[in-house]
Amino acid sequence: MAKTESTFTNMVATMVIIMVLAGLSLAGVVNLTADAIAKSEKEKMESALKEVLPPFDNDIAATRKEVKVNEKDKLVLYFAKKGGEDVGVAIETFTNKGFSGNFRIMVGFRPDGTIINTSVLEHHETPGLGDKMDVKKSKFPNQFKDKSPADFKLQVKKDGGSVDAITAATISSRAFCDAVQRAYDEFVKQGGKQQ
Amino acid sequence: MNQWKNFTKGFLRENPVLVLILGTCPTLATSTSVSNGLGMGLALTFVLVMSNLVIASIKNLIPGKVRIPAFILVIATFVTIVDYVLKGYVPALHKELGVFIPLIVVNCIVLGRAEAYASKNSVLSSIIDGFGMGFGFTLALMTLGGIREILGAGTFFGMKVPIFPADMQGNPKTILIFILAPGAFLVYGYLVALTNRLKNKLN
Repeated sequence: MAKTESTFTNMVATMVIIMVLAGLSLAGVVNLTADAIAKSEKEKMESALKEVLPPFDNDIAATRKEVKVNEKDKLVLYFAKKGGEDVGVAIETFTNKGFSGNFRIMVGFRPDGTIINTSVLEHHETPGLGDKMDVKKSKFPNQFKDKSPADFKLQVKKDGGSVDAITAATISSRAFCDAVQRAYDEFVKQGGKQQ
Repeated sequence: MNQWKNFTKGFLRENPVLVLILGTCPTLATSTSVSNGLGMGLALTFVLVMSNLVIASIKNLIPGKVRIPAFILVIATFVTIVDYVLKGYVPALHKELGVFIPLIVVNCIVLGRAEAYASKNSVLSSIIDGFGMGFGFTLALMTLGGIREILGAGTFFGMKVPIFPADMQGNPKTILIFILAPGAFLVYGYLVALTNRLKNKLN
């Protein structure tokens, strides 16, 4: 088969054909994987919720409440109940102060305002340094457990707060504190329970 | 050329990372641990094999002057497929590799093989070339990732390697620089030197 000449029509036609084929195959892949992606996102969310909340028996997805902070960013609240009683609030929060842009974490609060646990949902921090804010990678997040931001100052010790920063990842630690603080402020604003 | 030789050339003689010095940016960035290296290597191998296959089969239909944009389009399609499949079925790996999956599009190994090999050779040879180069890349990344993970994080495949004393918080005192970019360059340099020595011995 002879090689196609580089005439204008040939070039345009080839690129259009390749583009249409590429577009069609991608549309197919997006359709095929849409369910799986939605499912894995949901599982990720549910496992994060279980990590940061005490046992609950209500339909947690139905209590979802979004609070817009500005045009782009939002906080998402989930209210856990057991036997009709409030047992905790999970708040999906964010920070724009990360070492590599923003990241999202989930923070669980008891009704009295103490932190139950934290879970990292999405981040772009340096592997091996900033990513130690994930409980799977280091003990850094454990120091937040059972503390109430009312008397546990959410700032790294270098800035006069109560948090031991991750070695060589002070910026990530500051950003983490910023995200937790934002969640706590919203928690206080909401009065700690579903309204 | 003998197909077996064609397959094994990517391992040492023409290893894309250690001999051809291609794709250095993703190599240094994703080799922070051995499992990241493996995941990145396999993702790249898939893209390499599929794009080599498609480009080798349509090489005569593409006019010479638009061949590079046409190749990039084919490569970008497969990269996006990998991105979506990983996101849906292996979310943990997708989370780890993050932005480096879409960046395979601009990986010079993939475009380099399309331009230098697949556009001049038969479909079968191109597929074998894709596998050979992909595995060579994976091997180099896992070696680099393994060394960096052991020295920098004190783990191997996530398991603890107890060679470092513990600090006051109970975390092992590792040589942090190996997880960072300078450590990547250090290990990379030594590996390139070692590969050259091995290559000279074999010749």
